[in-house]
Amino acid sequence: MIQGRPSTARAGRRGAESTLLRTLWKSPSARRRDAHRPGTSILEVSGLTVRYDGRLALDDVSFQLKAGELVAVVGPNAGGKSTLFKVIAGVLQPSQGQIHVYGHEPGGHICIAYVPQRSQVDWTFPANVADVVMMGRIGRMGLLGWPQSRDWEMVRGSIEVVGLAELARRPIDQLSGGQQQRMFIARALAQEAELMLMDEPLTGLDVTSQQDILAILGQLRERGVTVMVAMHDLKLAAERFDRVMLLKRRLLAMGSSEQVFTPDRLVEAYGGHLRLVQAGEEMLAVSDTCCEEGAEPGERLA
Amino acid sequence: MSAWLDWLAGPLRYPFMVRGLLAAVMAGAVCALVGTYVVLRGMAFLGDALAHAILPGVAVGYLVAGGARGSLFWWGLATAVLTSLGIGAISRVAKVKEDTAIGIIFAGMFALGIALLSTVRDYSVDLAHLLFGDVLGVSTADLRLTALFGGAVVLLIIAFYKEFMVLSFDPVLAATLRIPARLFEYLLLVLIAVAVVVSMQTVGVALMVAMLVTPAATAYLVTRRLPVMMVLAAAMAAFSGLVGLYLSYYAGVASGAAIVLTCTALFGLVWGARSLARRIRPQESSLG
Ligand SMILES: Nc1ncnc2c1ncn2[C@@H]1O[C@H](COP(=O)(O)OP(=O)(O)OP(=O)(O)O)[C@@H](O)[C@H]1O
Ligand SMILES: [Mg+2]
Repeated sequence: MIQGRPSTARAGRRGAESTLLRTLWKSPSARRRDAHRPGTSILEVSGLTVRYDGRLALDDVSFQLKAGELVAVVGPNAGGKSTLFKVIAGVLQPSQGQIHVYGHEPGGHICIAYVPQRSQVDWTFPANVADVVMMGRIGRMGLLGWPQSRDWEMVRGSIEVVGLAELARRPIDQLSGGQQQRMFIARALAQEAELMLMDEPLTGLDVTSQQDILAILGQLRERGVTVMVAMHDLKLAAERFDRVMLLKRRLLAMGSSEQVFTPDRLVEAYGGHLRLVQAGEEMLAVSDTCCEEGAEPGERLA
Repeated sequence: MSAWLDWLAGPLRYPFMVRGLLAAVMAGAVCALVGTYVVLRGMAFLGDALAHAILPGVAVGYLVAGGARGSLFWWGLATAVLTSLGIGAISRVAKVKEDTAIGIIFAGMFALGIALLSTVRDYSVDLAHLLFGDVLGVSTADLRLTALFGGAVVLLIIAFYKEFMVLSFDPVLAATLRIPARLFEYLLLVLIAVAVVVSMQTVGVALMVAMLVTPAATAYLVTRRLPVMMVLAAAMAAFSGLVGLYLSYYAGVASGAAIVLTCTALFGLVWGARSLARRIRPQESSLG
């Protein structure tokens, strides 16, 4: 398995931030002991079916996650990735099936952080980056609670980790798309979640920012945080994640990239709209966005 | 200097002016505070409708009491709270667009209020008071009610600051945190309703929307922080209440109109100053 490695040029800065996060972040395993039922896997999804007005978006999806896994969720557009995340986050009710987070029902869990694909937030809202990141702490403050010094520390630390320290006081209507995305990741970090669901956090970012975020994901795994990332870059999914989940309404496959990205499965998921490259022993899928002129489904797999 | 002090002290010789000033300051601040959310969530039309919809309730109270005004606050309060809950329900179940539904029902209620009042002979003075306010007629009992209910609104807005903020900014986060969205939506509507009733005597129902919207909109011109916006809006509304009443006293202008016009002038001033500042230093953002 290939693991997320920050590029050497950034390793120094990242290393320092990693320590910062470590000192702030209470070990999930320490919290798990008192908050969760022992001996359960962090996430257990069984027979999950979701319908929108009768139309199937997810069909009988079952899987389990172990603590500290970094899982890529891939699949074609409309494959149900966002739907899966919404249901796990408790924003959407499933039609059938069960979800258990450490043995509990989803929703209202401060141990799940969800970064939506397109955050439907009011960008004209009077708030700066730090204000939004502080919202990640609200679940821990409780009713009538106010931010304590620890909350401010967490906010500052999370903002530094995503590299927005200079912009902490900037109003949110003056951020670029990539900066907005990082702000929401910082908010998820501030939440000190044990399970993070990130819906396409890499989409629309330049290569440097993508690497930064992948480095953060690596740090999270070191901390024992479980992360599910929906994405479209199959190459990154294969290279930087522990397991891959191929989703097209049904769960087509889940496992290591070698197990999942087989020609048959990729054709089943994407049809011909995929370029596969033979790289040594393994097949590498380069892009799922476009097929080359004249390429027939399966042609390149022969 | 002393002429200036005399000018300031002039109206304060009259107890009714002192009561009026206190009422204007309190009502303005409370309205502006809930007005922050009215502006941020685009509820201005709803706030206007809510204010107008009180009229039939107040009219019934007026008829029942035979023209006495002591109990109008309670009639207004009951109507406003019921109406705000009704609005919440309509926006859930309505098959028409929400703003259309609000328009239909509340223009109707307003008309009903006027119709009821018009059954009384010589109703025009009292109607004018209800529509445009009668801040100089504020009694000590009215003042006490204003302080009590206005204070309650302020306390609730502060107590549930986090919840209102997250619900307004990011409903999805609110859902993952299991913040009871519906409960807080209704609570906000009720708080707006109470603020409207508290200000009923100051500016009247017809001009109410200005008190909800203008100071908050002015504050939004100068800040991008929610707490700062709230404090600024309340301060500017209170200030406008004072200035408006002095204006009314010395220039003989209707008090409600004078207060609202002061709010509007303040908005224009701030807007102008900001545009000017931007032209002088275009690269620098005035918001921080
Ligand atoms: N709110 C909704 N109402 C009705 N149908 C929906 C809704 N949201 C999603 N769907 C449908 O459910 C299916 C799965 O959508 P989903 O957003 O989960 O896919 P996705 O894998 O995230 O796609 P993408 O890669 O484009 O983000 C699609 O067919 C979509 O049209
Ligand atoms: Mg999606």
